[in-house]
Amino acid sequence: MLTLLNICLTRRLLQSMLNPSSEQADRIARLFNYFNVAAGGMVLLVSGLTLYICIRFRSKKTTRHIPEQTKGNNKVEALMITVPGILLAFFFYQTVSVMHSVAPEPDHFPPPDVIITGHQFWWEVRYSAAGVTSANEIHLPAGKRVLLELKSADVIHDWWVPALRNKMDLIPGKINHLWLNINKADTYAGVCSEFCGAQHAWMRMNVMATDSTSYRHWLQEEAATALHPADSLSAKGSVIFAAKTCGGCHNISGTASTGQVGPDLTHFASREKMLGGIMPVTEENIYRWLSHPQEIKPGSKMPNFIFSNDTLKALSHYLGQLK
Amino acid sequence: MTDNIKIPETKQAIPGLSINNNRGLLQWITTVDHKQIGIMYLVVAVIFFLVGGLFALLMRIQLAIPNNHFLSPETYNQLFTMHGTTMIFFVMMPAIFGFSVYFIPLMIGANEMAFPRLNAFSLWMTFFGGFVLYFSFAAGGAPDAGWFNYAPLNEKNYSSSPGIDYYCMGLFLAGIGSITTAINIIVTVLHYRIQGMSLTKLPLFVWMVFVNAFLILGALPSLNAALAMLLLDRQFDAHFFTAPGGGALLWQHLFWLFGHPEVYILILPAFGIYSEVFQVFSGKRIFGYSFVALSAVAIALLSFGVWMHHMFAVGSGTAVNSFFSASSMLIGIPTGIKIFNWLATMYGGNIRFTVSMMFAIAFLVEFTIGGLTGIAFSIVPLDWQLTDTYYVVAHIHYVFIGGSLFGIFSGLFYWFPKLTGRLLSEKAGKWFFWLFVIGFNGTFFIQHILGILGMPRRVYTYPDLPWYGFFNFISSASAMLMGIAFLLLLWMIHSARKHGTASGSDPWDGFTLEWMAASPPGNQNFDRLPVVHSRRPLWDLKHPDNADDE
Repeated sequence: MLTLLNICLTRRLLQSMLNPSSEQADRIARLFNYFNVAAGGMVLLVSGLTLYICIRFRSKKTTRHIPEQTKGNNKVEALMITVPGILLAFFFYQTVSVMHSVAPEPDHFPPPDVIITGHQFWWEVRYSAAGVTSANEIHLPAGKRVLLELKSADVIHDWWVPALRNKMDLIPGKINHLWLNINKADTYAGVCSEFCGAQHAWMRMNVMATDSTSYRHWLQEEAATALHPADSLSAKGSVIFAAKTCGGCHNISGTASTGQVGPDLTHFASREKMLGGIMPVTEENIYRWLSHPQEIKPGSKMPNFIFSNDTLKALSHYLGQLK
Repeated sequence: MTDNIKIPETKQAIPGLSINNNRGLLQWITTVDHKQIGIMYLVVAVIFFLVGGLFALLMRIQLAIPNNHFLSPETYNQLFTMHGTTMIFFVMMPAIFGFSVYFIPLMIGANEMAFPRLNAFSLWMTFFGGFVLYFSFAAGGAPDAGWFNYAPLNEKNYSSSPGIDYYCMGLFLAGIGSITTAINIIVTVLHYRIQGMSLTKLPLFVWMVFVNAFLILGALPSLNAALAMLLLDRQFDAHFFTAPGGGALLWQHLFWLFGHPEVYILILPAFGIYSEVFQVFSGKRIFGYSFVALSAVAIALLSFGVWMHHMFAVGSGTAVNSFFSASSMLIGIPTGIKIFNWLATMYGGNIRFTVSMMFAIAFLVEFTIGGLTGIAFSIVPLDWQLTDTYYVVAHIHYVFIGGSLFGIFSGLFYWFPKLTGRLLSEKAGKWFFWLFVIGFNGTFFIQHILGILGMPRRVYTYPDLPWYGFFNFISSASAMLMGIAFLLLLWMIHSARKHGTASGSDPWDGFTLEWMAASPPGNQNFDRLPVVHSRRPLWDLKHPDNADDE
């Protein structure tokens, strides 16, 4: 019943484990259905028995008889042990077999397709072979087996895109891997699922799965250096960006800004959302963010600057053009 | 059956004031009487429950609608950390210890705990542990890294306010108090039982608390060691949990080696309460005493071999995960045995639906739900999807509320007449029961679905995704019902103490020795008692022709 309810609710939702879109998530979702049937049956059994016993053996006020003082019954006890035992054995078998198929353990992993590093409070996405670095939006090819490498730059984070597969922690000093076969091209929502500090709530991400041609095309575009400022206002913005300390933390390829602390901004404006999912990338939003970052995402590493209106306009115009 | 034995007298309470004259504040503070200490534990639990509950309601207000700005993220993170820490260490633990130190001597026919002064010491360690933890609010900010406080977020680099230092010290003090209580319980049960009460004839409440004491002795040192190491890290740059190569995971191992047994530490005494309540209000003896008793031992032993099921997502590899999956599933068997034995106890009985019994009956269903979602977390691939989501929040609350807290409520209604000599109103109690049970299920059942829909736990807000706002609103509204219900309970306690019906010594037609003492018992619980021949001494007295035959 619970299963049915959940399936009805989640058919059109992308951020759910019951809407599996990869081989791995599919296996887990099937196992979850078995579990829900067994667990639902058990809840019905216990509540049914409870209700039946409560009604049948309720005290009748007029005649308070003394019930028979039964002591126990070893056959009944044996039944109480074997039935749950058999059920658990079935689920243990399922656990091990699904685990093996979802997370095969090779002796050594090949070079990963993408390296994901957790930061307070954003995702760094690095495609080493193509020389591409991006943030919070993870482009991957659908219909192909890809390997993810997961690590952390500060505290423990956790990768979780429910529709694609299980979660995996990003732990400082440790490297974890995940295999992924995404079935169909789509955008899948994900979150950080291990509490990581003040802005854990806004450490969201999107996985953009596309066919391999568009994926390769995207990688080529991303590998290019940043666009030159197209108009005078954005030229002014680029000068301010270089003159202020922005480049100390942020990288914009093709310019003197090579910081590695904050998200790479080379193709910032080609992303849909900024700040781990708080708002879409638009010039107005960039303006709002730059004018009071600690009000919009308190606890993030971005310091409050005191910029004049003109500076803010030029900067946000420049950043808004970095397609 | 007529042979009476004299119960050794209590040594006079230090500084020598008896319980019935002069119950001034000084007398309460200096008392070593197990009954006064028990009551003070319960009062401590109620006070911290009010605070921890208030924190929960503030959190639910923040989460009632998407993108809410009622609380800042810093405040929210402190509140959820303090909510969990308070409820576990300063509500559940004191409540359980309160019932334990009050009723163990009464149920085994003794006049005191084995070490009365140590008993007082334990209480005050718990109290001051809580005090130190809460002092953090005045000292620059409460701890904000969650009740299980993962490294390296708990280190100075990432949490620079002193909150976590107070967390270390507060829980350390309370931990010492828990360990001394455990020692006290073990010695009392081993040494002070009335003649004829062999260990196999212990009332099940005493048995569960006895087994539990060993769990406390095994589990708490791991926590205290971890807390000491963390404090060294924070104060003296010791690098226990920041060293490269797994330092962060060392905290998780140490914490959960304590943390999982802790879950059973909070539930076993409740199992004991239910076992008494089911017998008395069904008018029957327990079905399968030895199975119920030994399954507690099985749970206690297994609980030390399951901690890594909290860590299935750290990437440990299939072999390790399979081991902890199997050990965690095994716990389902002794737990299932208990549930079915309690059902069998009720079967064929003469069931009286007192509020105490209603909580016990509701527990059967709620705890089955919480236990089964627990099984989901032992199935590694499901844990991989569901851990650290609202599904886990729902699960722990079904276990802690539907399991432990319902037991405490059941025990409160059952034993309140013994504590005070007056009955809690059954009529108002039923209102309390339904308000609380409906509120509880409304708050938490829906959180299973939120977890399945991908909502992670410990987020101070969430985007307006389909269904998120609606389900969270229902959850928040239901939480308010629980708040109202608890205020009703406080009013009931107040009015019962003022003008409740006098209960007499044995209002429920009970089976165990505490119902032979006066209500409330005098400074000395018993003068003389009959020799015990079975697990239900009072039943034997009342039904000499149908006495138990163990």
